[in-house]
Amino acid sequence: MSGSIGGSPASAGSPPTPAAPITPAAPAAPAPQAHDHATGPKAGGPMEAVGVPVPAIRLAGVTAGYGDRVALEDVDLEIPAGALVAVVGPNGGGKSTLLKLIAGVLKPWTGTVEVLGAPAGREAHRVAYVPQAELVDWSFPVNVWNVAMMGRYPRLGPLRQPGRADHEAVAAALERVGMLDRARTPIGALSGGQRRRAFLARAMAAEVDLYLLDEPVTGVDVPTQEAIMELLTAEAEKGKAVVATTHDLGAAVRHFRSIVAVNRRIVASGPAALLTNPEILSQTYGGHLLVLGDNLGILDDSHHHDDPAGSERHFHDDQRGGRS
Amino acid sequence: MNIVLDPLSYPFFVRAVVASSIVGLVCATVGSYMVLRGLAFMGDALSHSAFPGVVVAYLIKVPFYFGASIAAVGTALAIGWVTRQGKLRSDTATGVLFAGMFALGVFLFSLIPNYVGDLFGFLFGEVLGIGLSDLISLAVLAALVLGTLVLLWKELLYATFDPLGAAASGLPVGRLDYLLLALIALTIVISLQSVGIILVVAMLVTPAATAQLISKSFGRLVGIAGAIGVFCPIVGLYGSYWLNSASGATVVLVESAVFCIVLAVTLVVERVGHPSAPAGV
Repeated sequence: MSGSIGGSPASAGSPPTPAAPITPAAPAAPAPQAHDHATGPKAGGPMEAVGVPVPAIRLAGVTAGYGDRVALEDVDLEIPAGALVAVVGPNGGGKSTLLKLIAGVLKPWTGTVEVLGAPAGREAHRVAYVPQAELVDWSFPVNVWNVAMMGRYPRLGPLRQPGRADHEAVAAALERVGMLDRARTPIGALSGGQRRRAFLARAMAAEVDLYLLDEPVTGVDVPTQEAIMELLTAEAEKGKAVVATTHDLGAAVRHFRSIVAVNRRIVASGPAALLTNPEILSQTYGGHLLVLGDNLGILDDSHHHDDPAGSERHFHDDQRGGRS
Repeated sequence: MNIVLDPLSYPFFVRAVVASSIVGLVCATVGSYMVLRGLAFMGDALSHSAFPGVVVAYLIKVPFYFGASIAAVGTALAIGWVTRQGKLRSDTATGVLFAGMFALGVFLFSLIPNYVGDLFGFLFGEVLGIGLSDLISLAVLAALVLGTLVLLWKELLYATFDPLGAAASGLPVGRLDYLLLALIALTIVISLQSVGIILVVAMLVTPAATAQLISKSFGRLVGIAGAIGVFCPIVGLYGSYWLNSASGATVVLVESAVFCIVLAVTLVVERVGHPSAPAGV
């Protein structure tokens, strides 16, 4: 039962909570595999073939927050290598918190977070984190090339300067995201979509096994959205785990294979199609949701700003904490 | 009488020029990181909090570098620690700690029975009086600060630009924050004799702020700031020599003038409709 990521913690009493596992690793659970094509790293994921695969991410009994405010409670979650997962939920529901826990930059109050087979933070050089665009100082004097090169810094270490391999990796990453001809452009002069692609290039230049992206497709035009998702899908198919938060439920259903719905707790996790289940949606968004045929929209998310869970608060806290 | 060569016949003037240019270079380099982090106020705070260290060092007759370093670095780390506890905003913690430390310095100073002029010099700087041994200490500390920056410039840059991303990829962002604060504190200690507690913030911030107006890459920012940092003290000291004005204040005024000129030029250039920076400045 713990193999199903969301099943147990949705203790808000929710029989409809589907709990189709993101991972097929549950002992003696052959059936769910069919649901879930996120699990099989088709190209070169040897761990799936073996009897007991190590999940890329495993949270067990995790509660975490900021100051004395709880942001996430009682989270059990497993995400395998090769997964392409959207984390959805209301503002202040814990999406970014979940990402930071996995990144190892926020320590849980209770429970354990394992990433790539080790405690979170231990395998940090195999993890790339792309922050929300709102948290980046776009007037900072760096260009696209500089940003992508930062992805190489952790593996270089303090004494070494970037060498040929680093230049090649950065050039290749910029080529893949279609920004090589913009390499010398200051980041402040880029469009929203170009900025997102520059940061994606940084993640790719780092040659990691886990991508954590905070709102990578929010506020960019549809062609850019498609391009970004195509790149992330390709990475997942190489056996890398991709976890991204998003406000855009439509994008989550269209582009991701699996979802994790959070609202202080894990409401549901499993195939992306779960988001078409009105019951799960109302549990996630607390009723402030409009469902019109195939179109999903959040009717009124703003109420969450007033509740003690704190909505945007923690973003500002982070910004301050990080820069001071 | 040669306006340029004449002063150079005095060893004290040569020492002052060398010391001020080293100070200007270190301040501008460290200041580049400060400006990008929004830590300008921190420079003012740490210089004031060095004062009790200077007074105590004077009282117990040890080189002022020791006292000033301990007080400034200690305050820097304390500010970092209080901020990381998350109870207070960084600027609040800074305000409380630096005012308290400066008051302690003034308090101790007022207990000294006979008024002491050279201690007063630390408030406003008196680089023309710098001795050879102080110059050597200054150069060693400057090499330490610049050497650390040469080794860790990438890591500090990443942690400054995107602390979350840097931390997630394994950089010790917390320790880098402390390190930067300690480097700022040491830089201030180096600068005290040249420009004094009150004006050192200008040496730290003004060159980097000027460079920020006209550079779009970090390398150029540091390069331009460093050039301003080395050049302005030379001009300022000549001015001070010929006008018989206070040396620290004159140096700072030159830097301020350069800033104003560059700002005016960039505004005019923008108005005329060339958004790119003027290449020659």
